[in-house]
Amino acid sequence: MSARVLVGVKRVIDYAVKIRVKPDRTGVVTDGVKHSMNPFCEIAVEEAVKLKEKKLVKEVVAVSCGPQQVQETIRTALAMGADRGIHVEVSGKDYETLGPLQVSKILAALAKKEQADLIILGKQAIDDDCNQTGQMTAALLDWPQGTFASEVNIEADKLKVVREIDGGLETIKINLPAVVTADLRLNTPRYATLPNIMKAKKKKIANVKPADLGVDVSSRLEVLKVDEPPQRQAGVKVETVHDLVGKLKEAGRI
Amino acid sequence: MNLNKLFGLSRSVSLGRNVFAPRVAQKGDCLHHFQSRRFIRSSARSLTYAKDLFLGKVNKAEVFPFPEISKEELEELNQLVQPVEKFFNEDVDSKKIDHEAVIPPETLNGLKELGLFGIQVPEEYGGLGLSNTMYARVGEITSLDGAIAVTLAAHQAIGLKGILIAGNDSQKAKYLPRLATGEHIAAFCLTEPGSGSDAASIQTRATLTEDGKHFLLNGTKFWISNGGWAGIMTVFARTEVIDKDGQKKDKITAFIVERAFGGVTSGKPEDKLGIRGSNTCEITFEDTKVPIENVIGEVGGGFKVAMNILNNGRFSMGSAGAGMIKRLIELTSEYASTRKQFNRSLSEFGMIQDKFATMALNAFVMESMAYLTAGMMDRPGVPDCSLEAAMVKVFSSEGSWICVSEALQVLGGLGFTKNYPYERYLRDCRILQIFEGTNEILRMYIALTGMQYAGKILTGKIKYMKKGNVGVVFEILGKKLKDSVVRTVDFGLTGKDGVVHPSLTTIVEEQLVLKKVADVLINLYAMTAVLSRTSRSVSIGLRNHDHEVLLTNTFCKDAHFKNNFLLTQLQKSE
Repeated sequence: MSARVLVGVKRVIDYAVKIRVKPDRTGVVTDGVKHSMNPFCEIAVEEAVKLKEKKLVKEVVAVSCGPQQVQETIRTALAMGADRGIHVEVSGKDYETLGPLQVSKILAALAKKEQADLIILGKQAIDDDCNQTGQMTAALLDWPQGTFASEVNIEADKLKVVREIDGGLETIKINLPAVVTADLRLNTPRYATLPNIMKAKKKKIANVKPADLGVDVSSRLEVLKVDEPPQRQAGVKVETVHDLVGKLKEAGRI
Repeated sequence: MNLNKLFGLSRSVSLGRNVFAPRVAQKGDCLHHFQSRRFIRSSARSLTYAKDLFLGKVNKAEVFPFPEISKEELEELNQLVQPVEKFFNEDVDSKKIDHEAVIPPETLNGLKELGLFGIQVPEEYGGLGLSNTMYARVGEITSLDGAIAVTLAAHQAIGLKGILIAGNDSQKAKYLPRLATGEHIAAFCLTEPGSGSDAASIQTRATLTEDGKHFLLNGTKFWISNGGWAGIMTVFARTEVIDKDGQKKDKITAFIVERAFGGVTSGKPEDKLGIRGSNTCEITFEDTKVPIENVIGEVGGGFKVAMNILNNGRFSMGSAGAGMIKRLIELTSEYASTRKQFNRSLSEFGMIQDKFATMALNAFVMESMAYLTAGMMDRPGVPDCSLEAAMVKVFSSEGSWICVSEALQVLGGLGFTKNYPYERYLRDCRILQIFEGTNEILRMYIALTGMQYAGKILTGKIKYMKKGNVGVVFEILGKKLKDSVVRTVDFGLTGKDGVVHPSLTTIVEEQLVLKKVADVLINLYAMTAVLSRTSRSVSIGLRNHDHEVLLTNTFCKDAHFKNNFLLTQLQKSE
């Protein structure tokens, strides 16, 4: 099969790091903080590489949008088995306001340019938890989507996707080309072994600018302030149900 | 560079300006350490930083600026480190490994797949081909589990190192690829029940067969790490050699021995206090047939090979110790900040803060020393950093022991239980002062090698003086005058015409003197390392450089004081 898969990978603050809000409350502290690939993006890369190993797709291309540092994330994807990378350069103010709408426009443009047959993304990023990029990309391309995938199979030229939904599991069949977003149980990502990291050094990462793709990255959203969640208040113990009802009425809750 | 720092450095080093009398007689030749590397890079540089300290010379060019790696290498290193860290945090159950005294096969496989069995093997033989600096960095992470760290080190820092640095091309091509992937595990077989520190006295024998095509190996080796698993071993044995006078002599030769050669039996694993997951056992060779092509280097040249191998791997103990201490600081500080007694958290109490300071200082110094040494070793040429590496090893092994103990103390009773990893780190740590050259032997090595070097140079100068070379006289006198302006210690061992004090020929026996000398040197080298590192941090404006300055100043003040004391004691002993 001559299919080409585009995988989006996002560089986020590492999941184990304790997040701190900047003193000016415009965002969180990112300077000097450990970053790594979004865990759901890792799962997406793993799925793409698995498809390649099963010979169902021919080429896996890893894409990331951001400043120079995102090249590390692309390199990790290459070390996991992607064939080449594309770095969409977005930096400074543009990067701070980069959100799902702009990224999905970029991905849509790239999918057309690279003639991709399948786009696999993580279901959401652990920094903004938007859960929108996959869906928006599909809409812009007018492609079918299989989101929250816990199982993906290619059958003939259709995609069978098992989705994790609130009520349980839903199995759908969609036409290719399509967009899939990876959920937690899709697979267990492999380690990028040191020998593979060394081999990945030889793989290419192309540089593009959003303007080259005809995408305007200006944001329609403005962040007003960022605050820590309120400190948890101590609870109050009551003796009887009667007291409980009384307290709730006092607090205006009932 | 900040003038203050220069002054501080020269002040602290001038305390080390001793005038050592020339060692006329050299007793015992167990301290040869000529590098016998085959591969030649650019013109050789003889790095003599530590040795020159014995002459009161500070070769600033060798240690300033602090060694740097290129931006690409740094990025590559960060990339390499991430999966290893992840593996050790998520897939290594250190408690289980310690309890069952074995590393499970899945963990070993994971390590092999990550490529950790061939870190320094060149890429053309299937390894990662990383430099010493990068190896030290990876060592910071593997030290999170003592048993794994020792298994990996026994395999590549000493087990296959012989083939790497002294083997010929066909030996490398034959053995390195499978060793790099971990298909075969390597072991280093030197120690015997009767020969530990006294390595030159080994009794294992290799006799040439009638047809001259094989050596028959007979003997028993002891305390061999990876002994039970190793498929390929570097074995040292006595062979009969005919030297240039036509005399028959017994000299040590290094061999590559495959378990498949037959006659190799491993005893049962030793039940140890710490690093219990690492396999340590006895190996017996009974008429093991070793082809002559498997001799490493020359027949009779084995001792030098052994010393080179050991000197080559020592420096990484610094970064391993630092990595472990940093992890301990992480774990302990969380506890100290949350545990409250007397209505205050532990972190508010001075004695607890003192423990954290000790840990921070030690980790900082160990890191600096390790990377300075690794950086020097990575320079082109064939640098001889054996003295520096020995100093790193002594400092790090003792520093780690102290810091683990302090970390355990912070947790009090909890630290004493097996529910927390501290007691395991403590037990694992104890071996650091013993293996790879006991600290006692290394102190002797540091002191004597330095004095031998200084002795050679000074003997030469004194010969000049005797020949009436006036210029040299003035040079030495001038130095003495300069010394007396700043504090100096004159051992009173040299008279005006270079007469040797009678006790000098037996300096080898004066172990307590040597111990103090070695301690002074180790402190000096440690100070050099932190000064070099912090100077660089300040000059490039590294984040948190002010904290580094604090750490450096604190350590140097302390070390300066200790050196003062040691030198005074040495003077008094006259």
